[in-house]
Amino acid sequence: MVEIRFHGRGGQGAVTSAELLAQAAIKEGKYAQAFPAFGAERRGAPVLAFTRISDEVIKLRIGIYQPDVVIVLDPSLVKAVPVVAGLKEGGLVVLNSKKGPGDWKKDLGREDVMVASVDATSIAMEELGVPITNVVMLGALLKAKPLVNLEPLEGFIAQRFPRIAGKEIKAFRRAYQETRVE
Amino acid sequence: MKLKEKPTWRELPFACCIPEPGNSVYYKTGDWKTLKPVVDKTKCIKCGTCWIFCPEYAYEEDEYGYFESNLEYCKGCGICARECPAQCITMEEEVVE
Amino acid sequence: MAKRTGIEVSIAIAEAARQADVDVVSAYPITPQTHIVEHLAQLVADGDLDANYITVESEHTAMSACVGASAAGARVFTSTSSQGLALMNEIVYLASSLRTPVVMALANRALSGPISIWNDHSDVMNERDTGWICIFANNGQEAYDLTLMAFRIGEDKRVMLPVMINFDGFILTHVIEPIYMFDDDEIADFIPPYEPVIYLDTDNPITMGPVGVPDIYTEAKKQQEVAIRESRSVIDEVFDEFAGRYGRRYRAVETYKAEDAEIVLLAQGSVIEAAEAAVDVLRDQGKKVGAVELRLWRPFPFDDLREVLCGTSIKQVVVLDRCISFGGPIGPVLSEVRSALYLEKDKPMVVGVVAGLGGRDIHLEEYIEMFRIGEECLRTGKDAGEEPELVKIVGLRE
Ligand code: SF4
Ligand code: SF4
Repeated sequence: MVEIRFHGRGGQGAVTSAELLAQAAIKEGKYAQAFPAFGAERRGAPVLAFTRISDEVIKLRIGIYQPDVVIVLDPSLVKAVPVVAGLKEGGLVVLNSKKGPGDWKKDLGREDVMVASVDATSIAMEELGVPITNVVMLGALLKAKPLVNLEPLEGFIAQRFPRIAGKEIKAFRRAYQETRVE
Repeated sequence: MKLKEKPTWRELPFACCIPEPGNSVYYKTGDWKTLKPVVDKTKCIKCGTCWIFCPEYAYEEDEYGYFESNLEYCKGCGICARECPAQCITMEEEVVE
Repeated sequence: MAKRTGIEVSIAIAEAARQADVDVVSAYPITPQTHIVEHLAQLVADGDLDANYITVESEHTAMSACVGASAAGARVFTSTSSQGLALMNEIVYLASSLRTPVVMALANRALSGPISIWNDHSDVMNERDTGWICIFANNGQEAYDLTLMAFRIGEDKRVMLPVMINFDGFILTHVIEPIYMFDDDEIADFIPPYEPVIYLDTDNPITMGPVGVPDIYTEAKKQQEVAIRESRSVIDEVFDEFAGRYGRRYRAVETYKAEDAEIVLLAQGSVIEAAEAAVDVLRDQGKKVGAVELRLWRPFPFDDLREVLCGTSIKQVVVLDRCISFGGPIGPVLSEVRSALYLEKDKPMVVGVVAGLGGRDIHLEEYIEMFRIGEECLRTGKDAGEEPELVKIVGLRE
């Protein structure tokens, strides 16, 4: 089982990222769960969303405390929230940042983990015109860890954003290309 | 058909409903009263206020449009006498032979 | 054919109501609501469901509208949670005593105060004695399946009672997971149009909900008590038919590795799956443990429970309550399980724990702790809590 924790801000679509990933995994015949950290949602506040993917039935129904993967949608969150808290040894951090993954390893104080980084905000601004990075960051995740195939995920992205499907998919593919992993 | 007054739980109608419409006619409240309403038809304006206000639906309209209380159901509360705009209803002692 | 879909559990439940072709939905979007009624409102607005969606100013009125619509012969669905259900309470009793088979999807959540929008079973335990058929679902699939079955059970002419399908708020309602959803045609075949036994009809007038004078009330309550007790055979029939048609078997009391177990954890709702995971861990260590789920809460499955727990290998039952009965036995499920076994000769010890109140996660280690408490109680012959309390609250900061 792979446990993934998304960090975002209210309104950035972290929950959507978690859901799209789970839907794609389920489509491939896997078992998956996606859910938000339960609470009152407020725009701008740091939020969490979770995805579990497994080849077997998932019986755990609590938050993810020791993730295999952490995805950070907003570069400013790293300062505000302990994003790598509980991250498993040798786990993966996917960051929205202009800075390269090597530098991040030092900054996070976790030399043991793998880091992927991509300038998702720039990609989102160029392709979508808004700094919403949820779909972009899924491209970065899949580059670093091919949890699901690209095509079914793109299908769900198109379904979720019918009016800007082309732009979202282009941004998603760009992130997949431009992500650096170390 | 008049329902049994004290049915067993099996005899009680489904969900304790009253399946027979208007079965309140079996429940005669006429013997509750000490005073009975008497309508002075010479003053009655046939407005039907008594018919509307009577809590026992005792008033019946006759062929000429006058209202008269059915004493089998009238319980003698006096509401009709109080509400009659023509003040033509008086409550009189009911004489039981 | 059923299609496997990644879908939010709330949406799946709303889809079940659509597939059951409900005539009337009335609900109030009190916080916390779920996407269930939101989705149904959308379906009605878009013309995808030919139903009346009655908007109201409170939950009390929502349930009143449901009872009224059902009394008029409509198939009725509603959904609520916590405080909303508490506000409905007065009319919840009417739904069962008027024998209006409303189906309610209840996203279980805590009651105030302090204000909590998170999951536990306080809301449903508060409605325990309202005369509704009450069934628990553990996951999204079960919530969907049981919502469909609720219409068949409640509307059966031998039953005619409202049905409450319970599933954990947030933990299930807000989760996307794989669910096998049936085609509309299949459900149309499984759930035929509703035919009421009595209903309000101006051509054939009846009175529903009259005064029950002291000479009548006792008989009316006895009739109601017999009705819910006798609904059991219909519940089993519907479970059987569902299993025959679709292959998923539901039972009033479910067990997991309980056959040769000495200690079992008994619970309701989504926690049972995590309890099963704990059983697997302990089984790997050679411990004889299992899990028992009280799926059917009302009518209470006395015989089924006795069959599982009495005269078997089980020596110790740990009941996990998700609610507190203040100043009483603390665990409402604990007290019912104990009383169900009272007259049995060969019965296990039954002790109680409380956990997962107001949305507190119960971790795997805590389930394992519950089994350890069971072991300890079996050794000492004592209750789980420290005197004078019967139960132990697991995960409490002392
Ligand atoms: S006295 Fe009361 S019961 Fe009798 S007719 Fe008048 S209103 Fe009706
Ligand atoms: S209320 Fe008085 S005036 Fe009016 S109909 Fe009755 S008796 Fe006549």
